[in-house]
This record gives sequence, C-alpha cells and structure tokens, in this order.
Amino acid sequence: MASGVKPRVKVPKTASAGDTITIKSLISHKMESGQRKDKEGNLIPRSIINRFVVDFNGQNVIDVALEPAISTNPYFQFDATVHEAGEFTFTWYDDDGDVYETSKSIAMA
Amino acid sequence: MELNRRKLLAVGMAALGATGLGALPAFASLTDDEIAKFTGGAEAAAGDLKIGAPEIAENGNTVPIDVTAPGAVAVALFADGNPVPNVATFKFGPLNPSRAASTRIRLAKTQNVVAVAQMEDGTFQMASAEVKVTIGGCGG
Repeated sequence: MASGVKPRVKVPKTASAGDTITIKSLISHKMESGQRKDKEGNLIPRSIINRFVVDFNGQNVIDVALEPAISTNPYFQFDATVHEAGEFTFTWYDDDGDVYETSKSIAMA
Repeated sequence: MELNRRKLLAVGMAALGATGLGALPAFASLTDDEIAKFTGGAEAAAGDLKIGAPEIAENGNTVPIDVTAPGAVAVALFADGNPVPNVATFKFGPLNPSRAASTRIRLAKTQNVVAVAQMEDGTFQMASAEVKVTIGGCGG
C-alpha cells in the first residue's frame, strides 16, 4: 500500500433534477513516473494510479486511463447530470493492486 | 542563418499550424504511432474538439489542461515531447453531458499537447496546443 493516499472529492450537497453539476476530485499520490533516477543512478520503479472511475447509481460518468504523465496528486474536474438523488462512487486503481474508494451522496433540492 | 522570404514564409506557416489553425504540425513518429493505435488508422479531422492549455508553463510538473469534446465517447491526450507520449484516455459515460474534463499533466519540455476524440458516429477529431515549458517535469 502506498503511504498517505487520501482521496478528496467535492460534490454539491443538493441539486435540482436535470441539473448539471461540476465535480472535482483529487487523490494524494506520488505518481512515480518510472523515469526518475535516485542518487545512485538507479531507476525508481513506476508506481502510479492507472485508472479512475466515477459512477452515479451504477451508471458511468467518466472512466479515465492514467499514464505516468499525469501529475503528482492526480486532479480531475468534470460535469455530471443528475436526474435523481443518489450516490456518486469514486474509485482509483493503483499499480500495486490497491483500490481506493470514496462516495458522496447528493439530495434533490 | 540567412533569412530570406521563403524561409520566413515557412516559419510563419509552422507557427500558424502550431496555434491550431488548419493544418496540424508534424509530430514525432512515436506519437503518430500511439495516435494510430487509438484511431485504428482512421483519419482525424479538425472539429468541435477543443484543448485548453497555458501558452507558457513555468513548471512542467503540473500543467493544467482541459479538453472539451461535444459528442465524443472517448478522448485521448498525447504529449509529443515526453518520453512516453500517452498522457490519459477519458471515456465519457451517459451521465456526462458536456464531455469535458480537466486535469494536470507533466511535460518534459516545450512541445505540443494533442487531443484525439472518438465521436459517437465512430469518426475521429484532433486538436493540438503548443505549451512552452520553462522547467521540465520528468525528473532526471
């Protein structure tokens, strides 16, 4: 398990049916690219988050394949349409097999 | 170097291409290969696909990039001057209305960031933006 991985997402608490909302997500992760070398000149092995998926009530919103060129602490901002109250689930997949999950619920105003 | 009218014109055309007006500039072949893998060899035309990037990025470790691709099902980002040109592939689900996303990427040096979008009808669109990088972001 990579140390200090902490997902953070920002979703509005309420929305009207049919609204388009903006979601921001960030996860603290060093995203070691596999290109850098340590003091002895040895290559530091790649260790990144390679996939990020957001679903709402089981329907997909966005599915991102990440490469080493994504910055440290991967940040994503995107839109979603909500027709009903429910729960957004956010899932990050690490190279080392770890899966980080968080969820946020949204209510109808 | 001596600058005659012909060379000046060539430079001007290259600059026009780099700003995304009409013709796209020539890319490194590695990037071409990766784009071909994504499109399956299909032609990518210019369209509504837009890529937003800063003209000058002081720190290549975190360069904010956004893509807007109305009607796209997937968008792939490439950086033609990075050791590995692939940056990210976004797949948009049915609940994503704007088909837009933004993120932060690493750029090793001054280069073009290329977005290729797969549209709902199976065609492909392409857009690029040049980013001047002051300090590269790939370690070393």
